[in-house]
Amino acid sequence: MNEQLKLDFDKILKTSKISEEEIQLKKGFLKKFIESGFPNRKQEDWKFLDISQIIKKNISGLSFFNDYSIPNKIDKSIFIDGLDHNKIIFINGRIEKIDFNYEDQNMIEISDKTEKKITFGNENSLIDLNNAFTNKVFEVLVKKNYSLKKPLIIYHTTNDKIKSNNVNVRLDFELEENSCLRLIDFFKNSTDKNFLNILYNFNLKKDSILKNYKLDKFRNNNLNYSFNNIEQDNNSISETFILSAGADYFKNEVNCNLNGKYSSAFINGVFSLKENQQHEIRSTINHLVENTKSYQLIKSVLGKNSKSAYQGRIFVNSKAQKTDGYQLSKAILLDETSEFNAKPELEIYADDVKCSHGSASGSLNENSIFYLMSRGLNYQQSKQLLINGFLLDVIEKITDSEIKNLIKNMIGLKE
Amino acid sequence: MDSREKDIESLKDYKYGFTTDIENIRAPKGLNEDVIKFISNIKKEPKWMLEFRLKAYERLQQLKEPNWQKPKYPKIDYQNLYYYSAPKSMKDKPKNLDELDPKLLETYKKLGIPLQEQARLNGIAVDAVFDSVSVATTFKGELTKHGIIFCSMSEAIQKHPELVKKYLGSVIPITDHFFATLNSAVFTDGSFVYIPEGVRCPMELSTYFRINASETGQFERTLIIADKGSYVSYLEGCTAPMRDENQLHAANVELIALDNAEIKYSTVQNWYPGDENGKGGIYNFVTKRGLCKGINSKISWTQVETGSAITWKYPSCILKGDNSIGEFYSIAITNNHQKADTGTKMIHLGKNTKSKIISKGISAGFSDMTYRGLVDINSKAKNSSNYTQCDSLLMGNKCGAHTVPYIKNKNFDSNIAHEATTSKISEEQLHYCQQRGLNSEEAVGLIVNGFCKEVLQQLPMEFAVEAQKLVGISLEGSVG
Repeated sequence: MNEQLKLDFDKILKTSKISEEEIQLKKGFLKKFIESGFPNRKQEDWKFLDISQIIKKNISGLSFFNDYSIPNKIDKSIFIDGLDHNKIIFINGRIEKIDFNYEDQNMIEISDKTEKKITFGNENSLIDLNNAFTNKVFEVLVKKNYSLKKPLIIYHTTNDKIKSNNVNVRLDFELEENSCLRLIDFFKNSTDKNFLNILYNFNLKKDSILKNYKLDKFRNNNLNYSFNNIEQDNNSISETFILSAGADYFKNEVNCNLNGKYSSAFINGVFSLKENQQHEIRSTINHLVENTKSYQLIKSVLGKNSKSAYQGRIFVNSKAQKTDGYQLSKAILLDETSEFNAKPELEIYADDVKCSHGSASGSLNENSIFYLMSRGLNYQQSKQLLINGFLLDVIEKITDSEIKNLIKNMIGLKE
Repeated sequence: MDSREKDIESLKDYKYGFTTDIENIRAPKGLNEDVIKFISNIKKEPKWMLEFRLKAYERLQQLKEPNWQKPKYPKIDYQNLYYYSAPKSMKDKPKNLDELDPKLLETYKKLGIPLQEQARLNGIAVDAVFDSVSVATTFKGELTKHGIIFCSMSEAIQKHPELVKKYLGSVIPITDHFFATLNSAVFTDGSFVYIPEGVRCPMELSTYFRINASETGQFERTLIIADKGSYVSYLEGCTAPMRDENQLHAANVELIALDNAEIKYSTVQNWYPGDENGKGGIYNFVTKRGLCKGINSKISWTQVETGSAITWKYPSCILKGDNSIGEFYSIAITNNHQKADTGTKMIHLGKNTKSKIISKGISAGFSDMTYRGLVDINSKAKNSSNYTQCDSLLMGNKCGAHTVPYIKNKNFDSNIAHEATTSKISEEQLHYCQQRGLNSEEAVGLIVNGFCKEVLQQLPMEFAVEAQKLVGISLEGSVG
């Protein structure tokens, strides 16, 4: 693999125009990645699902070179109907279109930050890989006191023109004071077994609101990794919703730093997995100052041979008095072969806090099924009703009614 | 002065901090094959035992000290330790208490553990371990009548080699982690208990560990076997003198419960915790593991951890037999600069197995307390269930309380429930108590005891009273 990495890296240097300074920077990240390789189960954060094994098993010859000079044709059929929206379209890791037609163009600024060494440091070799191989880094800036009228949908797609089987994508967002952004990540892949590595960096200023919905609904064989880093200033709110159901492997990481007083973070997630799917959510909420709040609710429904993992960590600094932190993970195991792993973690250094977590897992309650069947439903229907009710609990946490309905329709839960 | 205040007065300083001035025999300093041979030789062990130790030592060479734990400590120089230290008078083991060195008797009297049977401790049989050797075991006659074997490990190796051979290392194999393997190579003494089929042990069995010599590590090994349908309740207590150095205590405890047997293992750990600046104290790195081997067997761990500079242990249950039950009740209190990383592992292998974990952590001062636990339900463990509750109480914002549970459910018939909370003593509760005439110290004592009640209830009578006092004393000066 290392030979391939170096080979492809040189190809990229030849085909794209980047500054010498940046080349050096990227080389540094490549070196770091080569030293550590893909993360494996020996690392605490990767204990439950070992990505190095999974990649080895699924992708035999990993390659990293994509030619970003040739544009791809946009397939309009993938667009979401019934909801007016702004678009950013990624095809094979290349940004094909940025479209903010519904918005006041003066209030949104999109800049190419590739040249300015925007690098993101973290003890995570996948981020090093991302830093080394991302094509362009764009920053979306939402100006002061502006709320986007329509949500922004980012389409993550691949087509058969793809040359490598690793795609690295990076976007930065800055929300100025009192602004608001609704962001949907929509995954639709028609090619087989790629490793998609996404890195988002959010900077939330005072009083701003970010709502991020990650929708991975349609069954595909991709391996996805997504990392959200969210920095929050006073009074800001971030809401992350993750629907994890489509890819073969999906790990969503959310790292949230509550740097400002009265800031709050919400993470809600749904796993709905079948045959051989392995998904994970790992969240880290760092309560760094007083009066911050976080709430997490993760629910899994696990079918045959599927496996889900949830690692949630609440960290409370000794300064962060009056913290309110809550974490709940629940799972229904439908088959003998399904597996649920959880590691809800609390690390607390302040005494005047209210932190708790809960985790429960088991099979569907036979008594409830009996109750429904005695009222005339058949076994399948009763089972489905109970599962829907179980998941609806999380969907109802979505604060945006337009998007809530979209998601309900998408997964077949009607009003 | 009421009685509680008197207790506090007398115990404010670590009252077990004295040293006994006694002549010692020591193994040469350092860890190597010769030292292991020396230990084996001085204990007149058979050849198979020496082989067991050497195999473990060989294995140890390949192992690295683990470092994933939360409390970090300066590197231990294993070559700068004495692995064997025993009072000289114990070279030829005295046949009865009359021959025992009076200084030793005096020591145990001071610790409140009289060894003479006439001063019997409400029907508790005691095995007293002083540094590396067991000095005395009481009530042997009474126990022998029931066919119960309760003696030191060295004696068991001599007299009951078939049992020791069969079970030693069956729960904690010599291929285990670093500290367990180190223990397998150099363990010196400990207690051995065998309860024959169908016998309900008529009294509490107890071991009292005492570290006296300096620059020594204590490596004791305890093996308890409960044969079919038997029951035993076992207590363990520990103290050590006050010293500026950190001393290592790396014990192994193995429990085996056969069909329908029940073992109840209680610990009140009060090793010297170091002074208020965090200097000195014991490193308590203990491996405790129980195997519910037979059907309907039950193992229950109860621990009150108040001492030690660093506590790092996870008393575990392997629920192999169908319908077996594992329980873990723990109170861990850290004050000043103490650190603890403790919890349990419940490994469900058999059908219909049940486990329950209740953990209460209290941290004060500059201390750090971590609950780390694993619940693993195997795919064959149909219809199993686990319930975990871990609560932490923080006093002040210089200390930390952490919860790190690992939950693995591979069986769709099984249920796991876990909950954890972290909080402080609420102003309302304090106000309510003070309004009714308690001072703030008493109020905190009352609330903390209430917080710990679920665990304290699990302790045998004599221990519960002691533990309750200990809880209050450990937190002395942490409020207000």
